Amino acid sequence: MYAFDIHRPETLGEAARLLSGNEDAKLMAGGQTLIPTLKQRLAQPSDLIDLGQVGDLKGIREEAGGLTIGAMTTHATVQFAPLVKRVIPSLADLAGHIGDAQVRNRGTLGGSIVNNDPAADYPGAVLALGATVRTNKRQIAGDSFFTGMFETALDPGEIVTAVHFPRPDSGRYMKFRNPASRYAIVGVYVAKTGGAVRVAVTGAAACAFRWTAAEQALTRSFTADALESLTVDPSDLNSDLHASAEYRAHLVKVMAKRAVAGMM
Amino acid sequence: MPITVSLSVNGRPVTKEVEGRTLLVQLLREHLGLTGTHVGCDTSQCGACVVHVDGKSVKSCTMLAAQAQGASVTTIEGLAAPDGTLHPMQAAFREHHGLQCGFCTPGMVMSAVDLLQHNPSPSETEVREWLEGNICRCTGYHNIVKAVLSCAETMKSGAKAPAAAAE
Repeated sequence: MYAFDIHRPETLGEAARLLSGNEDAKLMAGGQTLIPTLKQRLAQPSDLIDLGQVGDLKGIREEAGGLTIGAMTTHATVQFAPLVKRVIPSLADLAGHIGDAQVRNRGTLGGSIVNNDPAADYPGAVLALGATVRTNKRQIAGDSFFTGMFETALDPGEIVTAVHFPRPDSGRYMKFRNPASRYAIVGVYVAKTGGAVRVAVTGAAACAFRWTAAEQALTRSFTADALESLTVDPSDLNSDLHASAEYRAHLVKVMAKRAVAGMM
Repeated sequence: MPITVSLSVNGRPVTKEVEGRTLLVQLLREHLGLTGTHVGCDTSQCGACVVHVDGKSVKSCTMLAAQAQGASVTTIEGLAAPDGTLHPMQAAFREHHGLQCGFCTPGMVMSAVDLLQHNPSPSETEVREWLEGNICRCTGYHNIVKAVLSCAETMKSGAKAPAAAAE
C-alpha cells in the first residue's frame, strides 16, 4: 500500500467536509474491496475517510411497508436481521451469499453499490426491487443509479447514506457463482409486486441491467416456461476466463427460470 | 502521518501509534507480538488471519488497524482460559485432530467459534458453507468439520466456553 492519511469522522457533515475539494481523497466503507485494491497499488488516495465511526449510517428500519437500510450496514446484519427475513426474505438470502462469512461481517450495502462491481450482488437487488438510493444531497432512483462499469450517478463529494427497498409480494435471487471468489458469474433477481414483474441481471455485463423482455413475458404469464422462447443477446455481455459471453447469455435464462420456479 | 489507535486486545487495553495503512494483522503480529494470527494469502481469501472484532469474525489482513479504534479484539491467544484450559473448540480440534500442518488452524478455530454463536446446532453442510472463507491447503477439511460438529454437541450438553478475555 502507498501511504495515505486516514481520517475517522464521527458525523456525516465532518465526512463531507473532509471529502469536499480534495480530489485525491477517498471514502472507505467496509473496505473489503478497497483494502485489497490499495494493497495491489491499484489506487493511490492521498486521504482515506473511514465512515466506520459515523453512527447514523447503520441500521435497518421498516418504512412505508418496505425497508430502509443504512449505507454502512453490513451484509451479515442484513442476512441475519429478523426484520429483513420477515419483510424481504429474498434480500436476506442475497446478503447471505455475498463473499464469505468474514467478508459479510465487514462489507457494507453502501460500499457495494457505490463500487458497482459488475459481478456484485446488491446492484441486482436495487434494480429488481425498484429501490431508491439516498445520499447526503438527494434521492436517486435505483434505475438511474448504475451508469456503467464501476460508475454511478453520484456527484463528486456525494455520500450514500441509505437505500430504501420497497417490499415486493415475492422475490428470489439466483446466483451462478464463481466457486472461488463467490462473485456472481451471473445473478438474476426476480421480484413481483401486484401484476408488475422486475427482472434484474448482474454479473453478466459491464453493469447490472433489467431484462425487459423477460419482465414482459412474466407479466403475461408468471411461469418459468414463459421465458423459454426468449434469447439473450451475448454481444454486450462479458467474456473472461470464468465464462464466455455465450455461456453467460445461457446462464441468464437458466437463473431467471430457477428464480421464477423458486417463487411458485 | 502516524495516528493513535486505542482498542482492547484479549481483554487488555492497548494504545499504539500506527500508520494509516497499517493492517490490523500487522498491529497484532508486529506491534503486539501476537503471532498466533497468521498471514496466509494476504488477499482476503484464505482466512488464516481471522480474529474476532466486537465478537464477529473478520479477516484481519483486510481491515486497517485504524478501523479497530475502540473495538474489542480477540485473537487465538485470547480464546483459552487464563489457566490454560482450552476453549471447547480448541479442545475439539485437538481431540479430532482437526489439523495437519496447523497453519490454517487459528483462523479455522476463530471462524468456527463465530459459527456456533449464530447457529449452535449446524449441519455438516452448514459447517462447510460457513468455512468457505477458510482454506486448508493440506485439504484436512474432514476432521476440521468433525471437530466443529463435535464441539457443537459438547457445548449443547452444557460445557461452557471459558470466560475468555474480551468477549
